[in-house]
Amino acid sequence: MTPAATIAFKDVSKVYDDGRVRALDGVSLSVREREFLAIVGPSGSGKTTLLQLINRLAEPSAGTAEVEGVDVRAVPPIALRRRIGYVFQGVGLFPHMTVAENIAVTPRLIGWDRARMDARVDELLDLVRLDRGQRARYPHQLSGGERQRVGVARAIAAQPKIVLMDEPFGALDPINRDAIGGDYRRLHEQLGLTTVMITHDMLEAVLLADRIGVMRAGRLIAEGTPRELMTGTHGDYVDELMATPRRQAERLNALMAREAAP
Amino acid sequence: MSGILAGPVGDALRLLPDYLGSHVLVSVTALALGLAVSLPLAIASAHRPALRGVLLAVASLVQTVPGLALLALFYPLLLGIAALTERWLAFRFSALGFLPSVLALALYSMLPVLRNTVTGLLGIDPAIKQAAVGVGMTPRQSLMMVELPLAVPVIMAGIRTSAVWVIGTATLSTPIGQASLGNYIFTGLQTQNWVFVLFGCAAAAALALAVDQLLALMETGVRLRRHARVALGGLGLALILAGALAPNLARPHATYVVGAKTFTEQYILAALIEQRLNAAGLSATRREGLGSNVIFAALAAGDIDVYVDYSGTLWANQLRRDDARPRAEVLAEVKSWLAAHGGIAMLGPLGFENAYALAMTRARAQALGIRSIADLASHAPTLSIAGDYEFFARPEWAAIRRVYGLSFRQERQMQPEFMYPAIAAGEVDVIAAYTSDGRIAQHDLVVLDDPRQAIPPYDAVLLAAPKRADDRALSEALAPLIGAIDVTLMREANLRATGGGNASPAEAARWLWDEIEKRKKKQVGWVERQRNPSFWVPRP
Repeated sequence: MTPAATIAFKDVSKVYDDGRVRALDGVSLSVREREFLAIVGPSGSGKTTLLQLINRLAEPSAGTAEVEGVDVRAVPPIALRRRIGYVFQGVGLFPHMTVAENIAVTPRLIGWDRARMDARVDELLDLVRLDRGQRARYPHQLSGGERQRVGVARAIAAQPKIVLMDEPFGALDPINRDAIGGDYRRLHEQLGLTTVMITHDMLEAVLLADRIGVMRAGRLIAEGTPRELMTGTHGDYVDELMATPRRQAERLNALMAREAAP
Repeated sequence: MSGILAGPVGDALRLLPDYLGSHVLVSVTALALGLAVSLPLAIASAHRPALRGVLLAVASLVQTVPGLALLALFYPLLLGIAALTERWLAFRFSALGFLPSVLALALYSMLPVLRNTVTGLLGIDPAIKQAAVGVGMTPRQSLMMVELPLAVPVIMAGIRTSAVWVIGTATLSTPIGQASLGNYIFTGLQTQNWVFVLFGCAAAAALALAVDQLLALMETGVRLRRHARVALGGLGLALILAGALAPNLARPHATYVVGAKTFTEQYILAALIEQRLNAAGLSATRREGLGSNVIFAALAAGDIDVYVDYSGTLWANQLRRDDARPRAEVLAEVKSWLAAHGGIAMLGPLGFENAYALAMTRARAQALGIRSIADLASHAPTLSIAGDYEFFARPEWAAIRRVYGLSFRQERQMQPEFMYPAIAAGEVDVIAAYTSDGRIAQHDLVVLDDPRQAIPPYDAVLLAAPKRADDRALSEALAPLIGAIDVTLMREANLRATGGGNASPAEAARWLWDEIEKRKKKQVGWVERQRNPSFWVPRP
């Protein structure tokens, strides 16, 4: 039995400026429970808009977005956002709040008591592999990688089942990026999350995601597991896109082999 | 008291608790009110461009109104409102002093707070605001938890600017009857007591600087999230507030309020009245530096209880008369008019006249062959005349011009203190002097005759507010002043308190009272001698 769809887009479109800009054009896509979906595509392809339809940061012009089988328009947006984690592009930590206050912001909004929030902050710092001594520091005192770990901790603080990530690791150096990506994937498994992640890094999508959706000019032009997309043909653009990580890996292998030769 | 405390600095220091306390109270209240209005307005308008434009334009417009005018405008406005509340709600509030000062200063304080709050809120990184929405904040939570805290440093900078403006501008609340550090400046200017002027300026500047620095401490504390700094700054402000207000709270509330207009003679007479009331065991306080029309309206409304006005001023300004009548007739008509219009009581004339009179230097008058205002008519087009701020707008001036057909080359308004040096230096040819002014003799000026009696008589008269009309304690305490001051006595007192004499108005008032007592004793002695000739018979 296939698990029920946690998130489903049914023929959603989104136009801006009285129809002059078409950000989304008839996209249908579903994300199963505990699935990790990556959405890839160039800038302006509609990835972020699609993600924002899920927690009503944006509203569709046509079609419906459903979360756990319910049209999101029937759910009050504030309540919806409080039960969906969100990791923002460029982190988006509140600069006037400490690490602990940033992490506990959603629990505070839904009225947890102080002891429960404190315990949760410690638990989350452990989960995202940050020192508990960082609690009282402010975002500007942290490194980029530490900040993004706090961003992840904040997104999952109120124990959401769904986490949305908008190019979460884009601004990080390669080592941090790899480490945090791997750590998040582990959390995704461990906590049984359903994750939708936007990225323009194909390699990251291939290595982290269960399934990948490819967007271009507001349309979903391909979707499937990394293996499915990397084999077979899905049109010139997708094939070219999917060839990139493979070509990189092959070049790397060739390089390693030559270095290893006497 | 010895050394420095005996001089004008000592006088100034003794007044400091009262003036500083009132200054702080009016400034803090105005700032609090200004903040309470402008912060919500700024928040409401931050995301409404049309409302924001209107608000900022109005606040900027307010800034272009000179501070003194803004303060002065609130008095008639509040007087009107007070009359309405009395008619409809049967309660009356004082339209003088504290309330108009606070309202005008609050209005004045709004622009920096409005502008900085709006700038602070609009300057927040959109990504941060989106994160606030994304984590599930309501618009209100986003404002309170994220946007306002992030805008606080910019808002605090606006509050600092406002505080400095308000503390500086509060010195201008003196002319509408609110005691402030401006009392030093206004009194000092009138009595040529430059120590007072400097003391007032320095005290206001020191207060503004101290408050600015404490707010700056709080601002950096907020920005760097050092709570100790914020607390320290707040503590400093609380100390200033407590220190300034404590002496005022401890002092009993004065029963009688004595008013004074804007010149030396009025300061002396107000001090004299206060001293007589105190001597009779009545508590009294002074409201000084009020304009002619403000002070009369304040008396009619009961905001002040007693002051000295001049029959000719009332004749022209209140009775709207421009005909000349003999002295006694004017007095009698003014008295019955006042009683009939609102019930102001004329307790009696003091005994001297302080009339407007056109004066020239003796040398210049002789050179031009001018003895009377009538002689002036043919020379006027080549001459300049100086008068105080009221003179050229007064009906008496209109009457003089009409009766004698005068038209001067130039009319200049200046402080009375500068009028005399100006004519002595030949900068102006004619001045509108005051007949009780000691400086007429001091500068060897001649007073021009008024053969057609265009200028009405100006008997100094003691007026009491309607609510004090039947106050026996008041009339008995002031009875010894009625008919007791002749013009030579008043001139001498005026000269003592202006420049040369170096006496404060209170000292001049004490001197004046001593002289009144001496004369009375002489008279009593004379009466005794008449009544009891044996008094002089040497005892065996």
